[in-house]
Amino acid sequence: MIDKRRSLKEAIAEYVQDDLSVAIEGFTAFICFAAGHEIIRQQRRNLTLIRMTPDVIYDQMVAAGVARKVVFSYLGNPGVGPLHCLRRAIEKGIPVPLEIEEYSHYGMVGRYLAGASHLPFFPLRSYFGSEMPRVNAQIKMVNSPYGDDVVAVVPPLNPDVAIIHAQRADRQGNTHVWGLLGVQKEVAFAAHKVIVVVEEIVDESVIRADPNRTLIPGLIVDAVVHVPYGAHPSYVQGYYDRDNAFYLVWDALSRDQEHVQAWLDEWVYGLSDHAAYVRKLGTETLERIKPGVAPAASVDYGAYR
Amino acid sequence: MTDLNPSNAQAYTPVEIMIVAAARALAGVHTVFVGVGLPNIACNVARSTVAPDLELIYESGVYGAQPARQPLSIGDPTLVTGATSVISMADLFGLYLQGGRVEVALLGGAQIDRYGNLNTTVIGSYTDPKVRLPGSGGACEIAINAQRVFIIMHLKKRAFVERLDFLTSPGHVHGGTTVQQPGIPGKGPQLVITDKALFDFANAEREMQLVSLHPGITLDAIFAEMGWKIRMAGTLSETTPPTADELAIVRGRLSSGSMSQSNIASEA
Repeated sequence: MIDKRRSLKEAIAEYVQDDLSVAIEGFTAFICFAAGHEIIRQQRRNLTLIRMTPDVIYDQMVAAGVARKVVFSYLGNPGVGPLHCLRRAIEKGIPVPLEIEEYSHYGMVGRYLAGASHLPFFPLRSYFGSEMPRVNAQIKMVNSPYGDDVVAVVPPLNPDVAIIHAQRADRQGNTHVWGLLGVQKEVAFAAHKVIVVVEEIVDESVIRADPNRTLIPGLIVDAVVHVPYGAHPSYVQGYYDRDNAFYLVWDALSRDQEHVQAWLDEWVYGLSDHAAYVRKLGTETLERIKPGVAPAASVDYGAYR
Repeated sequence: MTDLNPSNAQAYTPVEIMIVAAARALAGVHTVFVGVGLPNIACNVARSTVAPDLELIYESGVYGAQPARQPLSIGDPTLVTGATSVISMADLFGLYLQGGRVEVALLGGAQIDRYGNLNTTVIGSYTDPKVRLPGSGGACEIAINAQRVFIIMHLKKRAFVERLDFLTSPGHVHGGTTVQQPGIPGKGPQLVITDKALFDFANAEREMQLVSLHPGITLDAIFAEMGWKIRMAGTLSETTPPTADELAIVRGRLSSGSMSQSNIASEA
């Protein structure tokens, strides 16, 4: 068995190079801010950032100048408002002009599915009557080969690197997830390289005791990284809640590029790694985002010899 | 929240009558596709009143959510804990939505036109935007695949426009029988719920028409907020004001979360 454990610094240095396409996925949950911050810290440039909902993490990365393009389906600060840095980049080219490529949610899901299963396109019932195909030539309409029907199609998407956050994995990268499943499995299978970042590294026996919970097999995982609170200020089901206060703070400070730069200096460039970030957050914050308990009934898989 | 209506025994705000009207429209519905904010409150009010069997479907991949608190975002963990099922987004959009299992979807937008087409993409031109909005999210396929669509928006002249800056999610497109063409299985927008009035599309052209004024609202107040000459339904009604019971549930929900005015419109 290969031990795929790496530090986040090592994993980003090895797999996330300038000019690559990177998908840090997780639909409003399990968003690996730690990886985004490490990419900023290592001063990557010219990345294509892929995410259904760019969220605050891509707002920070775009403000830090790592990206040349964003591929997405919903460009907002979920539940709060707009993403000011992304809007500045798109509307005014600050700090650098940003190319965009835009789909609907199901279009992005379909692109990952086609990419993951080696299909030339994915058919879906969307985009009829919409102007989205007018501004994105990748979205096309095709006639059904089986009768009088027409569907939209989107092309496969195979990110160079996918970064997935989860509750736990073993050293080979077999990964347990519970809570929102999002597109974590689809983007991991679609990507050329996969980094899994987890709250806990567990023994292989923990994974094998509950195989229904294994969303991502070690087969497709290149690096396993242990980063507690790595998804803060987003959340990990059962481990910590969304730090909504931070999302509101970001909404206020991100209106000004100078304030953003000061925040990046203090919370990213000024810290050596995510452990330092968690120490800086402090126990009061960690206590505030600690959820109550709601355990599931256990199941018996049975022993068959 | 300052303009309480003094003409009724039960004073209520424009937002409260909007939520109550949306909840009532869900009577007898079993599956609703819902965003956070105002639509989420409307669904929870409906479940406590006219639609006890209502199952809430969130695009983040939750079926049968029973949130214990007002969700902070579309992916709030409170939607997961205690839900009937958590589903991947591929299954959510493929099996639940496209499979025709969603009876009603609640949508909103920055702009709407007379055929219920919605813009959530951009104000100004796409390539040189004045304001870049969030984009489709799931709204485009939701508009196309939900059996029926209810739209919840504040009635404002800048939102109810003669011509959209961008058509993100189709309503009845150009009117008439557009939505019965192949490619759009759903019946499209059926109802527009605003803070001042209710509108439907029950005519051959599928054009928005005024059907009900909220109490105390004049026709002139409606005309003043519309970017085109609104068609009138054959019969114009007055919306029944919220009951004390409805208001109690709405206010319980409004106070159980840190919801700002900016995020109650809708989130696709």
